[in-house]
Amino acid sequence: MSALTIVERDTSAGRGAVGTSHDRIDGPIKLSGQALYVGDLEIPGMLYAKVFRSPIAHGRITLLDVSAAEAMEGVVAVLVGSDLTDIDPFYGHAIRDRPIVALDRVRFIGEPIAAVAAKTMAQAEAAAKQIVVEFDELQVAANLDAALAVDAPIIHDGQTAAGFAHGLGKMPDREGNICYSYALNTGDMSAASTLNEIVIDHEYIFPAVYQYSMETHAVIAEHTGTEIRLWANCQHPFLVQSEIATLFNLPISSVRINVQFLGGGFGSKSYTKMEPLAAALARKAKKPVRVVNEVSEAMVTSRRHNMKCRMVTTAKSTGELVSRDVKIWLDTGAYADNGPRVTATAGDAAAGPYRWQATQVRAHCVYTNTGPSGSYRAFGATHLQWVGESQIDEVARCAGLDPLEMRRRNLLRRGEVVRVKGKPLDADLIGDIEKVAAALGWGEERKPNRGRGISVGLLAAGAHPVSMATVRMDAAAGVSVMVGSTEMGQGTRTVMAQIAAQVLTVPMSKISVPGTDTSFTPYDRSTGASRSTTVAGKAVERAALVVRASLFETAGQVFGISDISKLFLENETVTDGKQSMTFSQIITKRFGFAGGELVGHGEVKPESGSGSYEEGPVFWEVCIAGAEVEVDRNTGVVTIVRTSSVADVGRAINPAQVERQDEGATLQGIGNAMFEEMLYSSDGDLMNDSLLEYRIPTMLDMPESMKCIIVENEDGPGPFGSKGCGEGALAAIPAAIVNALGDIGIDMYELPLTPERVWKRIQQIQQTK
Amino acid sequence: MKIASVVNGKRQEMEVADNTLLLDWLRNELGLTGTKQSCEVQVCGVCTVLIDGVPVSGCTTLAVEARDSDVTTIEGLRGTDFYKRAEGVFMRHSAVQCGFCSPGFILTVYTLVNAGRKLSQNEIKEALNGNLCRCTGYKSIIEAAVEVIGAELARKI
Ligand code: FES
Ligand code: FES
Repeated sequence: MSALTIVERDTSAGRGAVGTSHDRIDGPIKLSGQALYVGDLEIPGMLYAKVFRSPIAHGRITLLDVSAAEAMEGVVAVLVGSDLTDIDPFYGHAIRDRPIVALDRVRFIGEPIAAVAAKTMAQAEAAAKQIVVEFDELQVAANLDAALAVDAPIIHDGQTAAGFAHGLGKMPDREGNICYSYALNTGDMSAASTLNEIVIDHEYIFPAVYQYSMETHAVIAEHTGTEIRLWANCQHPFLVQSEIATLFNLPISSVRINVQFLGGGFGSKSYTKMEPLAAALARKAKKPVRVVNEVSEAMVTSRRHNMKCRMVTTAKSTGELVSRDVKIWLDTGAYADNGPRVTATAGDAAAGPYRWQATQVRAHCVYTNTGPSGSYRAFGATHLQWVGESQIDEVARCAGLDPLEMRRRNLLRRGEVVRVKGKPLDADLIGDIEKVAAALGWGEERKPNRGRGISVGLLAAGAHPVSMATVRMDAAAGVSVMVGSTEMGQGTRTVMAQIAAQVLTVPMSKISVPGTDTSFTPYDRSTGASRSTTVAGKAVERAALVVRASLFETAGQVFGISDISKLFLENETVTDGKQSMTFSQIITKRFGFAGGELVGHGEVKPESGSGSYEEGPVFWEVCIAGAEVEVDRNTGVVTIVRTSSVADVGRAINPAQVERQDEGATLQGIGNAMFEEMLYSSDGDLMNDSLLEYRIPTMLDMPESMKCIIVENEDGPGPFGSKGCGEGALAAIPAAIVNALGDIGIDMYELPLTPERVWKRIQQIQQTK
Repeated sequence: MKIASVVNGKRQEMEVADNTLLLDWLRNELGLTGTKQSCEVQVCGVCTVLIDGVPVSGCTTLAVEARDSDVTTIEGLRGTDFYKRAEGVFMRHSAVQCGFCSPGFILTVYTLVNAGRKLSQNEIKEALNGNLCRCTGYKSIIEAAVEVIGAELARKI
């Protein structure tokens, strides 16, 4: 077991903000219901919108008549495709394939065709019912097999238009319904094949999953003619700002977005969602308009890609891994959304963090006539880790090796190449997996029908590393941190405050971190990919250091010291060990009166190269977990007895929040693995489009114990050696559960692990014995 | 229909349509936005409010059903000593993340305390099963709930 670096807590007076489980700064207003979310806002003159959505999965619109709706009481405007002739109405950050509302064709059930703005919600709903639409129906491809068939209907035609923020190099042309492909090759597959003694070869199915952030997509839009204002629950306000500006031919600075608290995100609110429709409707209505998705609408706005995968892993009889060959098809629904990136990340996760003679990965992003798939926490990695890791366990069983020993022998070590051109491994995976196994009682005897499994993987984290922050210290030494990270429950505002508190020795109670207003908050690329603490947090640290430099500058002049390296901060004062001045005194001295402020700007940009996906990632997020499960062989019911996970975070700025991230990700992993599944009919109808039929984990689904082990090796690129977390456990838990079942002889190739599926598999295994 | 009820201790008389949901009435007419909306099908518990002390889902209850009754929302609980103590416990367990589910959990815990019966951890889990949370993994919430209920019942004895 590798030695864990013991982190010295900096406990000097006024410090210690970092590394402490400080209370969430937004906790009290959230618990008491005072925190505002978009749906709680009332903008003067605001109208309410109802979106009229397609009842069919694929067809040409032959008639659209909204005249009756327009004549209804309270209706101010009805938006249709023909209102958009003065702009290029297509958006999509990866591929610009999506019109604001359907123009002449619909591609999924639930696609917006029109939207009504009225004085009340009831009026908008009543009017939407009066809209008449007729179609020429087209053949439907509602799943991967149908979309990949030789006679499949082609869902998008014409040239592929690349979006502005995919970061994937040149966007290739479509091939049939495949909108993007990612390939990765290492070594020589045919040479490697001569070494094969163990060959594991299966096909795997991963279901479509709904993120279910409890707050659905919500946006209020106002279009004044020269400016668009949005109050939106978006994770990436600056990307939305830029996309809206392009759509409506406005300068970026003429689009202003306010972000409140988000009631969860998990990727469902990443990139642009309902904002273009809301802005276009507000433009027509000439009034602010509010659009709030119902759950059934949110489910067709974004989901996790369902996947089909064929994987072949080969090894020598000793368990030494030789090669891996992977083919992946991800169902991105009717519009690409973040599908290309998900596909690339899945491709990267496919080989797993092992030493291979050769690998070959082909990942394809496929259009179907279903609601669009986008980001969901740990995308790509969640898809592939259970596949790859279950094959590692199968190899181990063939080679007669314990799964832990199998990994000790084959896992990459720190500094080894993970992906050609990309960042080498920056973590101690063997040390981490040992900890997770130990927490599970790995060597201890198993009760009957109980299995244990572990899994390990890596997730390319950090996205494009561009973030800015501004730190302002007022004349009374209060500090505000302006940073564009969206607070969606992960606790970023608290962490940013802790970073500033640590640098400036200011108590947490004097630090505020407001929500984003793109007019004042400096640019931050996005909130996702576990990047906020690492990338935006670094910008905050740098901005705070600039404020500190200003304090040193003035204090140095007063003290008559030119070498400011002799100065340090302590409890809101600058001192050289002999003389000291409070921050307020320094600011008064600097400006000659009791006012003014110190402003620091911090910037993070790629330190070398372009920061592209290929050269990345910012860091490899470690995805390691373990699970013990119990199966009832008569019913197929699987119970998760205990789980463990490692949060390899470099340095935990707020350990309690790190644990909460892992626990939340663990439960989502349990939901993804055990029962969550969006069910589409062959004509493209989402059959379980409410929380009555689509079940997410409740308190009763908690394992008896969930253990999160925080590993602090101070090896991250973020402030104080930190690196992000929050997604790893979600990628790792399904794999650990599948391996725990494999441990008791039940290999599963399809998720979720419903009792029916598990029971059938048990029967099948018994019959072949 | 004209209804009169006492909401958070304040008398409200208002004309409401027969089909107005209690949740919409509270949020849109009275501006009590601490009560949230999510599933709309009585599964998630973010719309929990109390009518005469009994928890109901505002999303599936009509405003007219609250006539001549006492309605309590998180805004009504906020100033109480119970709330202050509960908030302290929830904060200590960091049992709040995005916060969308939090007022619903606090109200449900409050009704369990009021029921006055000693509950096992499993019974508390069963009772809180009608409140979903997608962020926390529930561990911190159940720990906080057990502590609040235990401490409040001990105070009453
Ligand atoms: S919104 Fe009422 S229970 Fe979910
Ligand atoms: S804290 Fe986000 S749903 Fe519970």
